[in-house]
Amino acid sequence: MSAVNGSPILEVRELDLYYGDAQALDGVTLAASEGEIVAIVGSNGAGKSSLIRTIAGIETQRRGMVRFRGQDIGGLPSHRVCELGIGQVPEGRQVFPSLTVRENLEMGAMLRRARARLAQTLEEIFELFPRLKERERQPAGTLSGGEQQMLAIGRCLMGQPELVMFDEPSLGLAPTIVQEVFHTIRRLHERGLTIILVEQNVAVSLKLAQSAYVLENGRIAMNGTGAELLADDRVRQAYLGL
Amino acid sequence: MPLELVVNVAISGVLTGLVYGLMALGLSVIFGVVRVVNFAHGEMMTIAMYAVVVLFAALGLDPLLLVIPIAAAFFGFGYVLQAGLINPFITRPEHSQFLLLVAIGLIMVNALLVIFGPDARNVQVDYQLESFAIGPILFDKVRVIAAGAALATSAALFAFFKLTLTGKAIRACADNHLGALVVGLNVKHLYALTFGVGAACVAVAGCMMVLLVDVTPVLGPSYTLLAFVIVIVGGLGSMPGALLGGVLIGMSESLAGLFIEPSAKSMFSFGLLILVLLFRPQGLMGRRA
Repeated sequence: MSAVNGSPILEVRELDLYYGDAQALDGVTLAASEGEIVAIVGSNGAGKSSLIRTIAGIETQRRGMVRFRGQDIGGLPSHRVCELGIGQVPEGRQVFPSLTVRENLEMGAMLRRARARLAQTLEEIFELFPRLKERERQPAGTLSGGEQQMLAIGRCLMGQPELVMFDEPSLGLAPTIVQEVFHTIRRLHERGLTIILVEQNVAVSLKLAQSAYVLENGRIAMNGTGAELLADDRVRQAYLGL
Repeated sequence: MPLELVVNVAISGVLTGLVYGLMALGLSVIFGVVRVVNFAHGEMMTIAMYAVVVLFAALGLDPLLLVIPIAAAFFGFGYVLQAGLINPFITRPEHSQFLLLVAIGLIMVNALLVIFGPDARNVQVDYQLESFAIGPILFDKVRVIAAGAALATSAALFAFFKLTLTGKAIRACADNHLGALVVGLNVKHLYALTFGVGAACVAVAGCMMVLLVDVTPVLGPSYTLLAFVIVIVGGLGSMPGALLGGVLIGMSESLAGLFIEPSAKSMFSFGLLILVLLFRPQGLMGRRA
């Protein structure tokens, strides 16, 4: 299973992850090419977040390999993984509630790769999300869910990532905000970022994605282009209710 | 009883209390970030006190100068202790963390007993007995110096957490551990820094405390308990709360000594603790959980 087009920026091969005795990932293999959106869909508990957390270095796999730009990154601690240019917008946003919006953003730029350009990137983020500028000095805990999602995205971008993994970015948000989130993802894609998108909103994410994987019980059950999976009867039945 | 005496004693209690507060601040910072209670905290304080005794005797340097190398050494010690020994225990159950730190504390007390014996030691600076008066109120010079150093150290600590990126990153770790991992903060390193900062606080407090009291090895456990009481009274995790708690406990100790007798001082501290636990369990400046 190689990348659909271009050179793979991220390669995951035969990944097994266990939590104690419980197996969360079973031989997961996937690839993302430079500049594409890769969607990972699947039901709750299928292992989507586990996959992201393993790539990010928060969990350590038992077997298998993760490669970023050809470098083996499996087993690196999370801060080293971030330092290579892999950013994450985690499930539940995970902002720092008692830190101000500005401080939250600064934390995203603590990486060596990003710290020198902190002030400049901060201006760019404020341009991208004017609402964050308005709330600059407010504790992040006082923001609405949508604003916190923008903050989580902005914080991730502060680290100058080349690959961004989104974990359920639309979960628990109002429909208009969800649109804004997807709009932002599209804009980041246009800027050339490689994106891995884990989303419960299967229809939208398959439409956005150039390639897509279906994860079931920790295994890749299907993969193809977004359009292929969108047209697949099994996908339509299981995830789109059609 | 003349009012001036009461005011004098209360003020000396407040000044001592600021040193207590700095000691407790170290405990509070470590607990607030690393979520480990440093049960060797008071023992570390007595080591700093002995360090002043030894270095003062050997070099004749003023404790106010000695505080800098001693705090730096404690910072390094705290960093190594956290990174090397405590870190593997962070994900373990609380009782095994407790045993680890109690063991470290016991080793410290007994090492001090072996080296220095059980007798009290102190330092005699040449301004030991000087005092100055503002109106009818009398101030001990050493106590004012000790309190000033404690306040300055606390202010520096507040500034560190509020203004520096590293300080903010430490607060971020305390705020959301997963969030800290996700943005690529090196949490283990920041935890070790935090322990180092907490150790440096207690070192400064110890350097000042030895100007005010004689030191014996067995003081350690009672200082640990005192720091714990102060942090609970002030509010777990609140930095201003630790200072306020220190001042209140310091004042209640000295007033108890005046009105009843000095040996009754702990009774008042613990009475205050019980009142706080009854009526404001989150502590005076703590946030409700």
